Amino acid sequence: MRQAVAPVEKRVGAIQAVLEERGMKPGEFIVQATRLAEEKWVPQNGARVVAKAWTDAAFRQRLFDDGIAAVAELGIEMPRHHRKLVVLENTPTLHNVICCTLCSCTAFTVIGLPPDWYKDLEYRARVVRESRTVLKEMGLDLAPDIEIRVWDTTADTRYMVLPVQPPETMGWPEDRLAAIVTKDSMIGVARL
Amino acid sequence: MDGIHDLGGKQGFGPVRHSPTAPVFHAPWEKRANALYSLAVRLGIFNMDEYRHAIERMEPRHYVAASYYERTLTSLATLCVEKGIVTREELERRAGGAFPLALPGAAGRSNVARREHFLPGDRVKVRRDHVPGHARMPAYIRGKQGVVVSESPAYPFPDAQAHGVQAADEPTFDVRFTTAELWPDSADQALVHVGVFQSYLERAA
Repeated sequence: MRQAVAPVEKRVGAIQAVLEERGMKPGEFIVQATRLAEEKWVPQNGARVVAKAWTDAAFRQRLFDDGIAAVAELGIEMPRHHRKLVVLENTPTLHNVICCTLCSCTAFTVIGLPPDWYKDLEYRARVVRESRTVLKEMGLDLAPDIEIRVWDTTADTRYMVLPVQPPETMGWPEDRLAAIVTKDSMIGVARL
Repeated sequence: MDGIHDLGGKQGFGPVRHSPTAPVFHAPWEKRANALYSLAVRLGIFNMDEYRHAIERMEPRHYVAASYYERTLTSLATLCVEKGIVTREELERRAGGAFPLALPGAAGRSNVARREHFLPGDRVKVRRDHVPGHARMPAYIRGKQGVVVSESPAYPFPDAQAHGVQAADEPTFDVRFTTAELWPDSADQALVHVGVFQSYLERAA
């Protein structure tokens, strides 16, 4: 009779114990990695980028010309293997949305680690083929004249959406603008 | 690999389970699993392409039933066993139960012999290659035609990198496909962009 599968927590503990015994110091790394995930790689980074693009036309153009260099101006680093950041401009008649059908690739240092639904089978399977329907189910009902562009992250180039600035926020200072930018809007499943 | 992971365009799924405040992690073990695989990559035990391919090699029922971070954990454990860091028996003894791992895969390949360079505006066609090992070509673009919209810097070639095969880095081209081309009369209208490696592309007639 086959034995039952060990609970997932025990399996994590097993591999961690092995790495510990091999001298790889996993405990320390878990603390560091958790801090990075919770404090450094956060959507507030991308929100600052969006707010600056809304208020500074020259920065906005630099963002389109070389996304990695532009976000670096705001102190936001990208991993070395992400060699290009493509910033996708939404307009009143154009809507961009990002996915990774094969796994979960995200511009995580800029917009944060991906939310659970982004990594689930439903989103990965459906957003490329049923984009308008899926967005509507997720609460974004786009008018028929809005063109949809889907971006499947299959290589190490990363993407983020530059949302349309809500007209009622014109003239707001950058920090007030950044506070309204959500992770969902930078993935492209929401408009602000 | 024409694996179960290659989900783009697969039908039959229900609504995306979304909330605007959706978490990244659901439990502390998930944060640990994520950190542990990152550590392994940082230490050079395996690379990201091997990591992704080990997830793809999970037995299909296991892949579909597993949560995202259980896939991460399974890949990490599989590669640690395959690289000789630990045996499956030791893992199972420590975990107090079975520890399912991914199945063996096929061999990798190097760059294709004839690669072309493309410019934005060029019409291209995705080659009808079926790659036995790791590839970042979703099946929904195989054999399909589109237009190049931009080029990215050269990246390590996944079909080789996931298997320790020597290859040159290759540029990728963001190719724009219409949903009418991808799924005729069977999709919501949109333009779908995919970053396609140079080895996967040929010039369209």
